Amino acid sequence: MIPLIAQVSADGLQVEPGWYMALAAVLFAIGATGLLLRRNALVMFMSIELMLNAVNLTFVAVDSGLGSLEGQISVLFVMVVAAAEVTVGLAIIVAVFRKRATASVDELSGLKG
Amino acid sequence: MIDYHALAPELILAGTVMAVLIVDMLPVRKHWTAVVGLLGLFATVVPILTLGFCESLDFCDYSGSREMFGGSYVIDAFSLALKGLFIGSAFVAVLLSVGYLESNRFWQGEFYFLMLASVLGALVMASSRDLVTMFVGLELVTGPTFLMAGWRKGEARSNEAALKFFIIGVLSAAVLLFGMSLVYGVTGELTFTGIRAGSVGVLDGDLSGLFIIGVLFTILGFAFKVSAVPFHFWTPDTYEGAPTPVTAYLSVISKTAGFVGLLAICYLAFGEVTTLWGTGLWVLAALSMTVGNLIALRQTNVVRLLGYSSIAQGGFILVPFGAAIAADVTGSDLEEAFFATVTYLVIYAFMNLGAFGVVIAVGNRLRSAEIKDWAGLFSYAPGLATMLGLFFFSLAGIPPLAGWFAKFVMFRSVLASGSGWAGALAVVAAVNSVIAFYYYSKVVVSAFMEKVPDGVPVAEIREQRTAPSLQFALVLTTIGVVVIGFYPTLISGLAEAAKTFASGF
Repeated sequence: MIPLIAQVSADGLQVEPGWYMALAAVLFAIGATGLLLRRNALVMFMSIELMLNAVNLTFVAVDSGLGSLEGQISVLFVMVVAAAEVTVGLAIIVAVFRKRATASVDELSGLKG
Repeated sequence: MIDYHALAPELILAGTVMAVLIVDMLPVRKHWTAVVGLLGLFATVVPILTLGFCESLDFCDYSGSREMFGGSYVIDAFSLALKGLFIGSAFVAVLLSVGYLESNRFWQGEFYFLMLASVLGALVMASSRDLVTMFVGLELVTGPTFLMAGWRKGEARSNEAALKFFIIGVLSAAVLLFGMSLVYGVTGELTFTGIRAGSVGVLDGDLSGLFIIGVLFTILGFAFKVSAVPFHFWTPDTYEGAPTPVTAYLSVISKTAGFVGLLAICYLAFGEVTTLWGTGLWVLAALSMTVGNLIALRQTNVVRLLGYSSIAQGGFILVPFGAAIAADVTGSDLEEAFFATVTYLVIYAFMNLGAFGVVIAVGNRLRSAEIKDWAGLFSYAPGLATMLGLFFFSLAGIPPLAGWFAKFVMFRSVLASGSGWAGALAVVAAVNSVIAFYYYSKVVVSAFMEKVPDGVPVAEIREQRTAPSLQFALVLTTIGVVVIGFYPTLISGLAEAAKTFASGF
């Protein structure tokens, strides 16, 4: 059986929530790959934001399937926390940049794990 | 209606956070911010005590657990016990920071503001009983710590510690949230009780794959926070690069907060799928203990040694969780495991804060955290050397210091369940206790027996005095470690009260 992607209803074209969740999983994977492959702290940070937005998409997709609101409220919380983290993260990246004039994490190897 | 008595600890602490910022603006000496912070923490203890002993108080007409906001926020014996632990540890952590920040001329007001805000997050986590509240609490714990780790702004190593910690911290938040969103997707619920009810029989249904991924990602997110192997690589770097009082804070309060989240989520939300998380945490516990201890053997720097030691201790704390791996695990076994974890967390807080206190005091004098420079410490600083021995032997689990009781209940909880896998984990833990004893005792023996290396200004160091705040912190933790060791019933009562939480099995 071919899975149903979308159907036309009275409200127009409706995409099945499961596909949004699949898209979110792909976005999450792209973000994770970007985090592993890129070496610029800012780009790594952007990749993490992509992962957080994948989470938001999942919450909203689930809600449209269940017809509830809790997930959408959660999205607001996630967005607020993500915004707070941007301020903290950029402050740290600026501090690093002032010291070294680079945002590449490869240069940061003073401490050996 | 909002129950203000139940929320009083959080409200007072939130007020203290603001008060610290205001005092920082006033034209007074900056160390007043620490005094205000300490007074605020002290005031926070009052409502925790009145809530805890509600039954025997006249004005308090409500006992048992108090639920608020539709069951999202619960004040029960478990949350009160952990709140008490967080406030006590924060008190010591502030005391550890005062002298360090003063003598190195760091920004003080903002530091205590961030530290207390982070403690507020820990209080929220102890009470939160739904995924979103838990997440917000967790981010309130970790957000300020990123900045605290980079507090030595002009120093490249501190910057590096902060950046590494930040990237990993935000990554773990994203992983945790993705897991949470999948769990929400399968069960349609955000509250822990709802998830538990919704997950009955879900492993046999169509969505079992999605649910398993959700549970594992959620646990993975917490595994980063508690720095369980293989998600530990940020820990030693951040611990070494961050200012030492911040390292103490990270290794105790931030880590305990992670364990509290793990306890609440595993035992309440995922109470129907114990084998699933039991298996995952069994593996993490065995790996954390073994890898943490083996790498700790090779360390030459005390702070890095304590970093790896805290990874290994995290493994010991995870051991009781691993007992849930058995398919036929009973409710009383899980209660025992829960009790063991809470007990270990309380004792770990005392001994690890104490160990870091000694590192700060000795580091201030020697300007070095290399173990070889610490040789012969006893000959010129006998008090500090004795405390070093006390805390390190307690971490190793030598009776009659507090650490032995933590190890004892940990072993009892896995052996009580009687399954083969749990027994195997007990064997791994036993072998690791021996390895750990070797490297802890190596530092102590060198401090007591060996000759003072050349170039250590012994006469100068004899003249130096430890800051009074640091002395107070060391006395508090020493008393804790010794008294709990002789009278473990003191805290077993506390953990026993917390156990009622897990009794839903």
